[in-house]
Amino acid sequence: MVDTTTVTEMVAERRPPDLRRGLLGWLQANLFNTLLNGAVTLVTVALLAMVLWPVLQWAVFQADWLGNSREACSGEGACWVFISARFESIVYGFYPGAERWRVDLVFAALAILIAWLAIPRLPAKRWVGLFAMVAFPVIAFFLLVGGVFGLEQVPTGNWGGVMLTLTIATVGIVGSLPIGIVLALGRRSQMPLVRGFCVVFIEFWRGVPLITVLFMASVMLPLFVPSQVEFDKLLRALVGIMFFWSAYMAEVVRGGLQAIPSGQEEAAKAMGMGYWQRMGLIVLPQALKLVIPGIVNTFIALFKDTSLVLIIGLFDLLAIIRSGLTDSDWLGFATEGYVFAALVFWVFCFSMSRYSQHIERRLHTGHRN
Amino acid sequence: MNQATAARADSPMIEIAGLNKWYGDFHVLRDIDLTVARGERIVICGPSGSGKSTLIRCINHLEEHQEGRIVVNGMTMTRDVKRIEQIRRNVGMVFQHFNLFPHLSVLDNCCISQTWVQKKPRAEAERTAREILERVQIADQALKYPGQLSGGQQQRVAIARALCMQPEVMLFDEPTSALDPEMIKEVLDVMVELARDGMTMLCVTHEMGFAKTVADRVIFMDQGQIIEQAPPETFFNHPESERTQLFLSQILGH
Repeated sequence: MVDTTTVTEMVAERRPPDLRRGLLGWLQANLFNTLLNGAVTLVTVALLAMVLWPVLQWAVFQADWLGNSREACSGEGACWVFISARFESIVYGFYPGAERWRVDLVFAALAILIAWLAIPRLPAKRWVGLFAMVAFPVIAFFLLVGGVFGLEQVPTGNWGGVMLTLTIATVGIVGSLPIGIVLALGRRSQMPLVRGFCVVFIEFWRGVPLITVLFMASVMLPLFVPSQVEFDKLLRALVGIMFFWSAYMAEVVRGGLQAIPSGQEEAAKAMGMGYWQRMGLIVLPQALKLVIPGIVNTFIALFKDTSLVLIIGLFDLLAIIRSGLTDSDWLGFATEGYVFAALVFWVFCFSMSRYSQHIERRLHTGHRN
Repeated sequence: MNQATAARADSPMIEIAGLNKWYGDFHVLRDIDLTVARGERIVICGPSGSGKSTLIRCINHLEEHQEGRIVVNGMTMTRDVKRIEQIRRNVGMVFQHFNLFPHLSVLDNCCISQTWVQKKPRAEAERTAREILERVQIADQALKYPGQLSGGQQQRVAIARALCMQPEVMLFDEPTSALDPEMIKEVLDVMVELARDGMTMLCVTHEMGFAKTVADRVIFMDQGQIIEQAPPETFFNHPESERTQLFLSQILGH
């Protein structure tokens, strides 16, 4: 026999009990909740202090910041004068001094365009995006290369430093994503010829090391094409980098495409959408959102691997700093040089990473069905 | 069939003749002949694996058939992509798992094919969408995303999305099978409403109450064939074939 029970009054809603109040509460709950954890916390803090303190001493407190020659270096800590004295060449490479405003203009415009597209509140996204994708590359090309409108021609051999690194990275990123998307779609195509081409392309470029690609582009390619046809060395490297990374991008995007349930495409088909509409409006927006971490991962790897162009004699940020190390006036500042290069790379890569996390949160539209 | 729809039923909405389909070596649809008049409401039922979903998915070419002829609204189905897309614009479909686009708001789900396929101006598409969302009683959720809605609400949005294309015929592929029991009614109410307005409908469903209320004809399929078709009273009260009797006793008998 079961007794009947009925509730006559509903339980009122109330807030969860607050167990972790304030800094002390948090410390107790997270770092010192048991004797062992307390000990581990203390040891970790001690180790961190032992490592961090000397680094800070070297890099900040005992470092030399001011001056313009080797005499300014006291030798107690880092001598950042090495960087500031060569700052111009680190940023511009061998770009002629009088023409550097062109570089400034291009990268200032690039920064404004990226910021405009990244900040949601600013209007006219479509037009700015169109300008950034179509007009800007042309303008940037003629500004940097010159040779028209009375601008002095600057051979790409004179490009270098941060400017060259950013050029390669931007072209690589902007080029590899669309090519990668097309390759990913092609690899899933029903047409055997298209699919076959994409598979071969992806597997070829993914199967060779980037260094080989760069070598082939700079050393072997000229042997195969007639001598009167001359491609710019930087251009060849850019094409190589773009194809190489687009193969990786294709596989990242394909992963996203495969994760979209087939019902999505069926629903789009049932409403009479054609292939490109189904892909562009329904499948790709979801697939790309899903693989943002993978895409940004590839971007970051691409950005860092731009430093491999030093192998074919292009002076990117890292190569310019390395060349400074052999300057007889500045022997022995390798640590400062590499630390600075690492810092610059890290700032760019970390920004990309943070921005991608922000984008992921913004595009989140509740649970998937 | 009521008089108004019978009057303009000069040519059939859908004509299927000698339809055969195989998945590999497996013969899923066998010699299907089916004519659907304009305004007719048909319920298709049968055990799972009997080919009923495959049959209605052939009508808008989500599945390709190997033999036979399908004519929808006077257009014969071929393999030509343009023609298939044209036929699909007249055929609305509602899926078991809703298949709403999770990255678009409810309103955009309803507008996207109007603006891209029918090339309507955005304002006009939005007006149509809001009208139809009103009809399925979900207009207040227009700016939410599908992930924020209950299953019943999502399925009603899916019906609205299909109706926004102003289709001549609606296909329902088990529209209530994925829903929690308390949400089935709100979806069925919308479908009954739609049937009353004279929409031509083909519904694959196990909701026999729905079949009794609105169907002009109930079709029973088994092993890829149409075994029996009859008006609902005859179908439920005097089923002829043994397999139909067995099926009905299984789904109604508890």
